[in-house]
Amino acid sequence: MRRNDCGLRITGLILATLALTCACPAITRSADAPFAAASFAGVIQEVQPKIVKIYGAGGFRGLEPYQSGFLVSAEGHALTVWSYVLDTDFITVTLDDGRKFEAKLLGADPRLELALLKIDADGLPYFDMASPSTAATGTRVLAFSNLFGVAAGDEPSSVLHGSVAIKSQLEARRGVFETPYRGPAYILDAMTNNPGAAGGALTDRQGRLLGMLGKELRNSLNNTWLNYAVPVEEMSATVAEIRSGKFVERPADSGAVKSEHALRADLLGLVLVPDVLERTPPFVDRVRGGSPAAVAGLRADDLLLFVNGQLVQSVKALSAELARIDRADKVQLTVLRGQELISIELLAQPEGNDIGDRR
Amino acid sequence: MNGVARSIPVAELVSVPTVSLPRSEFSRIRLRSGFLRLVVVFGALLGATPSPAQVHESVLQAESQRVAVMAKAREAAIAIFANGGQGGGSGVVISPDGYALSNFHVTKPAGDAMKCGMAHGALYDAVIVGIDPVGDLALLKLFGRDDFPHAELGDSDQVRVGDWAFAVGNPFLLATDFQPTVTYGIISGVHRYQYPSGTLLEYADCLQTDASINPGNSGGPLFDSQGRLIGINGRGSFEKRGRVNVGVGYAISINQIKNFLGCLRAGRIVDHATLGARVASQDDGRVIVADIVESSDAYRRGLRYGDEIVSFGGRPIRTVNAFKNVLGIFPKGWRVPVVFRRKGQTFETLVRLAGVHGTEELLQKLGGKSPDPDQPPPPQPGDQPPDGQPRPMPMPPSAMPNAPPLPEIVQQHLEPRRGYANYYFNKLNRGRVWNQLVARGDFAEFAGPWRVKGEWLGAGEAEFGISSDGAMCALPGGMLTLTAGDSLSDATDPPASGGLLAALYLWRRLLVGGPDQFGSLDYFGTAPFIGHDVPGRQEDLLDVLIGTSGGVECQFVVDPASGRLLLLEVFLRSDDDPCELYFFDYREHEGRELPGKLEVRYGDGLYGVFKLTDWTLHKTAEDAP
Repeated sequence: MRRNDCGLRITGLILATLALTCACPAITRSADAPFAAASFAGVIQEVQPKIVKIYGAGGFRGLEPYQSGFLVSAEGHALTVWSYVLDTDFITVTLDDGRKFEAKLLGADPRLELALLKIDADGLPYFDMASPSTAATGTRVLAFSNLFGVAAGDEPSSVLHGSVAIKSQLEARRGVFETPYRGPAYILDAMTNNPGAAGGALTDRQGRLLGMLGKELRNSLNNTWLNYAVPVEEMSATVAEIRSGKFVERPADSGAVKSEHALRADLLGLVLVPDVLERTPPFVDRVRGGSPAAVAGLRADDLLLFVNGQLVQSVKALSAELARIDRADKVQLTVLRGQELISIELLAQPEGNDIGDRR
Repeated sequence: MNGVARSIPVAELVSVPTVSLPRSEFSRIRLRSGFLRLVVVFGALLGATPSPAQVHESVLQAESQRVAVMAKAREAAIAIFANGGQGGGSGVVISPDGYALSNFHVTKPAGDAMKCGMAHGALYDAVIVGIDPVGDLALLKLFGRDDFPHAELGDSDQVRVGDWAFAVGNPFLLATDFQPTVTYGIISGVHRYQYPSGTLLEYADCLQTDASINPGNSGGPLFDSQGRLIGINGRGSFEKRGRVNVGVGYAISINQIKNFLGCLRAGRIVDHATLGARVASQDDGRVIVADIVESSDAYRRGLRYGDEIVSFGGRPIRTVNAFKNVLGIFPKGWRVPVVFRRKGQTFETLVRLAGVHGTEELLQKLGGKSPDPDQPPPPQPGDQPPDGQPRPMPMPPSAMPNAPPLPEIVQQHLEPRRGYANYYFNKLNRGRVWNQLVARGDFAEFAGPWRVKGEWLGAGEAEFGISSDGAMCALPGGMLTLTAGDSLSDATDPPASGGLLAALYLWRRLLVGGPDQFGSLDYFGTAPFIGHDVPGRQEDLLDVLIGTSGGVECQFVVDPASGRLLLLEVFLRSDDDPCELYFFDYREHEGRELPGKLEVRYGDGLYGVFKLTDWTLHKTAEDAP
């Protein structure tokens, strides 16, 4: 019964807000007028060159190997959602004019589910994230994405129209709507969040950027799907940090001198899966009883995603990242457990106080 | 608040026996709709708050204009119910005498006859006229009126992404009272390419819309904001969300339909076209010929492996999808301009398009298991990922063990014939075209030899004689005679003409004997008159009669405006170019029109232009000197 209540929460919120707005006579329509049957064609033609098609990993078990994104700088920064599609060394970005580029993953923020890509180009049309536009209930919006991978090459992205139902916290509870993002979101009265649409741009009727289309979100209780976008203002600081280098992923072997006090997974009490692949996903195989990891609540089958904010895509990358950290310092780990992202801070076991389980 | 408490009338949905949605789908729809209903109720409260005076004048104008446009447009929509109540979908009437468009996948389960309900409340009998299984198109004819409300055809090439559009139809077969449902949205994409299921149900160069397209909308019209017909809805991208709209519907563009309409009116099973070459995109953005069939017309016109396709059908080609889009809008048999580049040199030519299928192959595909929209099409090569493929709307399969007898009006307009959807309409149009030719000149009584003297421009005097036994010519190079035997396949004289004497023989044979004595002669449909510089004619579609006589195929191209024969093409061999006779300067001769100029072409070359000044037509052989 409790779960049901959670599932209805968003509906309830929308209705409540609509009811509130109804009670509020201050609402004016004149700002929106005239919304005569004028075509959106002009605005859309201006926006579409800023939309990119992104191709990467996937292509099996219903995982589409493509998603959408949009340019946020003239020099080829493209914002998109952080997803399995980007989990490859070969990310391809296709511009609206059909030009294809190999893209570099500059950084990612799993909590916002965003990733910033960089392609080697300049003079591109882009959305300025520094001057975001905002929307409220009733704002009419356009959603640009390459949903279902309909467009290829120089074919323009798809455009859907609709309105903002509400801007609200995305109550994303495990088992109801499964997503790590829990911040404010535009809930949309439009079928925007389709396969491949994630990372697309939500704009107002003037083509100003409002947010980024989220992933597909299904309520597992009642099988309904939620269409939402993450507002620009939630992302702009992080994007700026990634661009300024704070999130820049260092190469696996940057020649940094390994500290003799370098941290290792086993010092935390973590036993990882055997490193048999070129890029073995850093799954936890076992957690030693009584270790810092066990005390902090890590479990077998957790997937390690981030170490102190750095994306670690393999066991090797994890070891390299840990090696940069002094074992006397606290370390922040972000793991994926099922669909849930969990962040844990922990401190290595002081050397010499091993608890005997070590081999 | 009654509206909130009342459950939506799902029972009405369930009571429609022809909707083959599983129970779980209904519950999903109910949930969605229930939610929407709540929003609508609150939305109504919201709308009621500001006083009408606050609403901008232009908003009210736009609203009333939209209401008026939709009220008119919905009059032309039809709700299709298969004869016997099995299955159905949507359609739209496009002419006052009741011709209507729908999807092939809607009419296939219905068979030859169906019932069509219109918004004014009447139910009409209809018969199938022609089908295009590759393009998922069907043409019907409704009976009972000569003043049907009908849609005005628009120009889908003028449609832009972001334009408002609305769909009218019979989603979930709700229209038991024939009142169509209107859904409103924008154009999300144009010139989209959607892969076929096998070789059927290909949506090339289609329109994409976010107006709700649901099962049952199939075959129904997509209108622009002015109420002009811009497409026929038929597909949507569905994946894991069940068979309900997810904001991605596709419509066959009306401009493609215009290309096929003449062939559909011919009562035919129309095939789509292939260039005879496969193309691939290069990293540098060029589209090149990756494979070419040596017996194809494209090969004869000089296209070779590795050539870059610059433009096709008048459109620039930069992706494989763009190429397929162009290919998908033309019927088999049309000639289409191709521009290609090799080593910096550009070539322009006209290529005759072959069929995607062999004639028997297509019939077998239709006779066998119907293309199953529930099965994902096999992966296709190309630059589009294979998943995320849209599926045609499912319609319940027809299982009519005890089908009721066809209505009498349908039986009167239905003539089954192998290879045709409804041969009645082929005969109808063949008769129409033939009557036009006869109106220009009835040559039935001139069964004797024909003679004409004239001039081969730039060469000298020329004389032709044509009779029911053969043909002869006296040209500056000498005299040649053709005796018509059982087969004309080797009658290539004069050399390099492609068979001028055989063509003249067949021309007279049709004019004197008429369609019934010609051999076989059917109505092909319409085709553009390209291949010759005739100012102002390239846009028009001309009637084409296609026939076989003496073992060779010939096509008579007739201008429906004037009723004159403009072109005769005679294919002595199926793998060779035809002899093309262009007829000009028609002049009256004893109350009948005869050409004053004849231009003869073969392959890429002009054989000669003949000025025909002195015609002598005899009624019998004895009558001749």
